Amino acid sequence: MASATVTEVESKTVPIYVMGKKYDVPDTLTIMKAMEYAGYQYIRGCGCRGGICGACATVYRKAGDYKIYTGLACQTVVEPEMYLAQLPFYPANRAEYDFEKLDATPESIFKLYPELFRCVACNACSKVCPMDVEVLDYVSALKRGDIEAAAEISFDCIQCGLCTSRCMGEMAQYHIAQLARRLYGGKLAPKAEHLQKMCDDIEGGAFDDDLTRLKATGEDELKKTYTEREMEPAMSDESWKPESSAGLV
Amino acid sequence: MEGEPISTPKPVHVPKTIDPVRKRALEKISELSGENVWECMQCGTCSAVCPMVESMGFTTRQGIHYLQFGMVEKVIDARIGEYCASCHSCQVRCPRGIEVPKVFEAVRLLTLRQNEDFIKLNELADETIVGAPQIAMVSAFRKLTA
Amino acid sequence: MKIAYYPGCTMKTKAANLELAAVEALNVLGVEFTELERWNCCGAVFSLAEDDLIHHVAPVRNLIRAQQEGCETVVTICSQCYNTLARANLLVRGDEEKLDTINRFMDEEPDYDGGIEVVHYLTLLRDQVGWDALKEKVVQPLDGLKVAPFYGCTLLRPDEVSIDPLNEGILEDFLCALGAEVVPFSAATECCGSYQMLAHPEEGMQRAAKVIGSANRAGAEALVLSCPLCEYNLGSRQPEVVAMGEDLEEVPTLYFTQLLGIALGLESDLCRLDLAGRAARDLLTEKNFVAAATV
Repeated sequence: MASATVTEVESKTVPIYVMGKKYDVPDTLTIMKAMEYAGYQYIRGCGCRGGICGACATVYRKAGDYKIYTGLACQTVVEPEMYLAQLPFYPANRAEYDFEKLDATPESIFKLYPELFRCVACNACSKVCPMDVEVLDYVSALKRGDIEAAAEISFDCIQCGLCTSRCMGEMAQYHIAQLARRLYGGKLAPKAEHLQKMCDDIEGGAFDDDLTRLKATGEDELKKTYTEREMEPAMSDESWKPESSAGLV
Repeated sequence: MEGEPISTPKPVHVPKTIDPVRKRALEKISELSGENVWECMQCGTCSAVCPMVESMGFTTRQGIHYLQFGMVEKVIDARIGEYCASCHSCQVRCPRGIEVPKVFEAVRLLTLRQNEDFIKLNELADETIVGAPQIAMVSAFRKLTA
Repeated sequence: MKIAYYPGCTMKTKAANLELAAVEALNVLGVEFTELERWNCCGAVFSLAEDDLIHHVAPVRNLIRAQQEGCETVVTICSQCYNTLARANLLVRGDEEKLDTINRFMDEEPDYDGGIEVVHYLTLLRDQVGWDALKEKVVQPLDGLKVAPFYGCTLLRPDEVSIDPLNEGILEDFLCALGAEVVPFSAATECCGSYQMLAHPEEGMQRAAKVIGSANRAGAEALVLSCPLCEYNLGSRQPEVVAMGEDLEEVPTLYFTQLLGIALGLESDLCRLDLAGRAARDLLTEKNFVAAATV
């Protein structure tokens, strides 16, 4: 195994305030690691630790600064004089619906979430989004009936709930966006025809002979087949074809 | 009309005999609306042009009269702010140039800012939400929900 | 002068029949404009409280967008959007402190400098094209069509944003230029019921009944509308209104832009006559303004 080089990092400690209590933590740590350093054990508000699950939404302020800052605890590095509070779950209205029965129209969304029309375009939602999603833009898109645009704009949403916590119109924006994405992906987006064709071919038995043959091949022979396979060159264009057409449909 | 001026966007003169609660209510309406209801001479033109007057407990003019004495609760009970359609017919006709819609918006807001809605979103029929233009929902919710 | 078109939420869905012909007509009439690339709902109503600034953020944000896209004028067709944008613009232009607070609040946007003009489509037609020039471009004059021009509230009130402050009849002039016969009727500038149709449906319908009744008595063959909410109250809900009213007759409703499209000879799918009522389509085919097969 190759040896890994560990770089020694000099870190100084900075004060942060968790629920009003001051802790001195190394300044290279994320909020999540800093809180664990301080002795807190996460039983809520922690998930993937990789910036994608939305569990660790955090609101914080800095001393002497009126502004509200937000971020994911697992991704945001601590700053001196940070006063933080976690939002493990902000209550959010989620409408009940049977997806199969829904028409992919804006009106379906309006019926389920009439609070959409309470948006005052204050933009507090976009300002707090840790994924830089333009929440106001997708809410606006939905109000004017553009499900596709809303689906696209809200794509990076990790449903952390920070937007919902700040909304003047009392919407749960991310639930509405999820419905838009589901309607778009499931009912509006063009289907990939070639995918369907491939599935049909597979079910039709186009690869059965090859699979049977491979299953009957011994391990050594299989390894040899694999390592000696013809590979498509990295920079080939669409016109490249393998020498042998075995296995091609 | 003798009385002490209150510092609001437009100075509002009230009778000295008005009780403090009523005075506070009148001040509040003046602050929120920026209008001086004592400019009203009770000509009744606003009532004459108001499209929703028949639905209200009493007329637009009467509403302003009650407000002159700070009797806001009467105006709320008559549901003037609730039924007002913000058409502004009263404003363009008022010979004193009072921005009447602002006055009734102030009355409306006294209820709304207590976090009380005039209409409930979940009581709107599905067909209405599906059939109505978005501006209908947006304007109704802006005017009548907290 | 760069003109930005602000559609508003309803234009892309329910009121496509208001927008499409209007946009194409501007092309035919040689008025250059671009649709705003990024915009949000304007809020539909102008907030009337002295201390309320948050509700002005929505319209002002759109004016900032127009500024960002290098435009000087914003034109809109939806009456409520026109009213809200125009009044918000006047408010912030007249009150430095409020404009400053609003700009500071929108710290993620550039400041609004008050430089945008908000105009309604009819004003734009009158000033950029002119009624005579419009008349010349008409290929299908609406001869013999008796129309009652309904303004509603938000195009005319309050005075400072009125598209017809001297009561000269801007909508009437427009309809005459198209060759139609204008039938004056008393309820032309009255309220259709607005959002009360949602909040208090019975009262809303009584309001609509008054307008329909007035159009009936004036002998109108069609009621010409300019606002999607008026169209909902007076058009979509008309069957219920007529049923509950007394001595009311159905009168077809059409948007002024649909008539513009027909008069200019635009294709009927641009006029979205499929979104007009059955009665309106029958009326148009009866008058030979459109071929029966196309509707």
